[in-house]
Amino acid sequence: MKPVFMTYTKKDLINLAVCMVLSVLVIPTFITTEYWYTSILIPWLCLALATIGQQVVMGYTGQLALGAAGFMAAGAFAMFNLILRVPDLGFVGSLIVSGLIAAAFGILFGLPSLKVRGIYLMVATLASQFFIIWMIDKFGWFKNYDSSGIITAQDIVILGKPFTTPLAMYFVCLAVTTVLTLLAMNMARGSTGRNWMAVRDMDIAAESMGVSLLKTKVQAFAISAFYCGVAGALFAFCYLKSLEPVAFDIKLSFKILFMCILGGLGTINGAFIGAAFILLFPVLLNAVGNNVFHGAIDATIISSIEQVIFGGLMIIFMIYEPLGMAKLWENLKQKLSLKLQSSNVKNLKSSLSKKS
Amino acid sequence: MVDELLFFMEVVVGGLLAGTMYSLVALGFVLIFKASATFNFSQGAMVFFSVLAFCGFMQDFNIPFVLAFILAALLMVVVGLCTERLVLRPLMNASEDTVLMATIGLGYVLEGLAQAAWGVEVRRLDLGIGDFPVPWIADNLKLFISALDIFAGLVAALMIIGLFLLFKFTKIGLGLRAVADDAGAASSIGIPLKHIMLLVWSAAGVVALVAGCMWGARAGVQFALVDLALKALPVLIIGGFSSIPGAIVGGLIIGATEKVLEVYIGPFFGGAIEGWAPYVLAIFFLLYRPEGLFGEKIIRRV
Repeated sequence: MKPVFMTYTKKDLINLAVCMVLSVLVIPTFITTEYWYTSILIPWLCLALATIGQQVVMGYTGQLALGAAGFMAAGAFAMFNLILRVPDLGFVGSLIVSGLIAAAFGILFGLPSLKVRGIYLMVATLASQFFIIWMIDKFGWFKNYDSSGIITAQDIVILGKPFTTPLAMYFVCLAVTTVLTLLAMNMARGSTGRNWMAVRDMDIAAESMGVSLLKTKVQAFAISAFYCGVAGALFAFCYLKSLEPVAFDIKLSFKILFMCILGGLGTINGAFIGAAFILLFPVLLNAVGNNVFHGAIDATIISSIEQVIFGGLMIIFMIYEPLGMAKLWENLKQKLSLKLQSSNVKNLKSSLSKKS
Repeated sequence: MVDELLFFMEVVVGGLLAGTMYSLVALGFVLIFKASATFNFSQGAMVFFSVLAFCGFMQDFNIPFVLAFILAALLMVVVGLCTERLVLRPLMNASEDTVLMATIGLGYVLEGLAQAAWGVEVRRLDLGIGDFPVPWIADNLKLFISALDIFAGLVAALMIIGLFLLFKFTKIGLGLRAVADDAGAASSIGIPLKHIMLLVWSAAGVVALVAGCMWGARAGVQFALVDLALKALPVLIIGGFSSIPGAIVGGLIIGATEKVLEVYIGPFFGGAIEGWAPYVLAIFFLLYRPEGLFGEKIIRRV
């Protein structure tokens, strides 16, 4: 299909319009309970954004990185300090600058990717995870010398207007996520994304065709960390409403890795599907535990079962569909359209035979 | 001056012996990598799973120590069997990264199963060897070295010798080396790949159990063991993924460096640099010697 605007085709614009109508008009009219905004929609958008960051480096560029939560922490604490110390920047300005700060960390810890790959790179990125969390924890300046360990996030104020209700925060997250998702789609489809994928599929071949490995990999790490940083800032300010380094530990990194892989490597919509699945499944499991077994099953057992299921799904997807849920969705659409076509053909045939 | 030197010695020796615990975890990893070129990310989870089962058998069912150990080892053989059948065989021709991700999934499954079966509270494990300085060494050499550290060092040494003999002088070891070199060629001359895989995973499971006992006796049997076991990864990078001596030397280097840095440089930064120092050390190794100290040079073909 021919692109209409930048790299977006007509179909994309229709999809965007549908999504916008759904998220701006339908959801706010039908969902009125705060729980849905504060515990599901807002974290979903934030984590989906972080997963897009993970996608850029892992799904598109093929570099096994495991430090998303570290970059998220960098973004979140950069945001806190920027609002505290440079109030003139405003919320949006701070968000962009904190993303850039996270990107600087991304470049620094992405440098080993020039030399190593696979599990070696994973270990190098683990260093970023542990180092960033340790740094924030140990240097009081980052936490404004707060001794309690948990800092309350400042209120979000954009152009003098406070955004403090769950619905308002949802709209803030939605706006940021939409803009960054569109940008990511554009990058992934343009020459940037083609370079990423060339490096992923065969880095040596890509290099011999004139793709600069240095530029491509560092760029991927920077963009990935930027997304994670912005996502981390939103995660802290809209969802947690507090800042503590522990919230961004290695478990969150693994969670984002799972969202990325189960959602579908190398897809943008996979990030949203994966994040939704990993977030909603525990909610569902808890609901089943409470309503079907009436709390007879201990909460710790339920969370263990959840872990077993996530791990099991990971194995099953690796064996049967390494491209994840986004691919399943694609296959389903294809099958449906094939069925539709064949039924159209049948209708046509029967109408023809009736005529004759 | 002498006191300072003694203190330094104490730090280094303590670090070296603690490092053998990392080596034990890394050892299981190397075993699997040698035989199947698979990065088994779930080794840490296997450590946690096996030792929790061991504790569970002893404390919940009152099974005597030796019998519980044998039962836990058998359980790890079953885990190896299931892994081979359900995870590795279907992924026989998949890429390295795919198998790695599957083992991350496997780790999650094992952690979840262990906690579902035995609960989440911290368990104490008493091996009958205290985690306190040996009086004889303290009196004669003026060094305070924990008995548990020395025991862990001895166990690690025994396991290395055992594995070395197994690899070098038995027919099974020959088969293992053949499979590691070229799985396709090995199976075409009649080496049963399935059995070799099962054997290796079981051996890695038993090594995990031993490592878990050591860690459990020191820090309590708890989920944090999984994070501790992650430190086996920098050990492997320093030692090389395919070398058993490498795992040992890597563990010693990490253990000693980590303790020395923590004691002498840590206080300037508020401490707890142990958490990331091994990984940064690993990055430096990656930049200058990506194959590790003892590993084979990685040659990639286009």
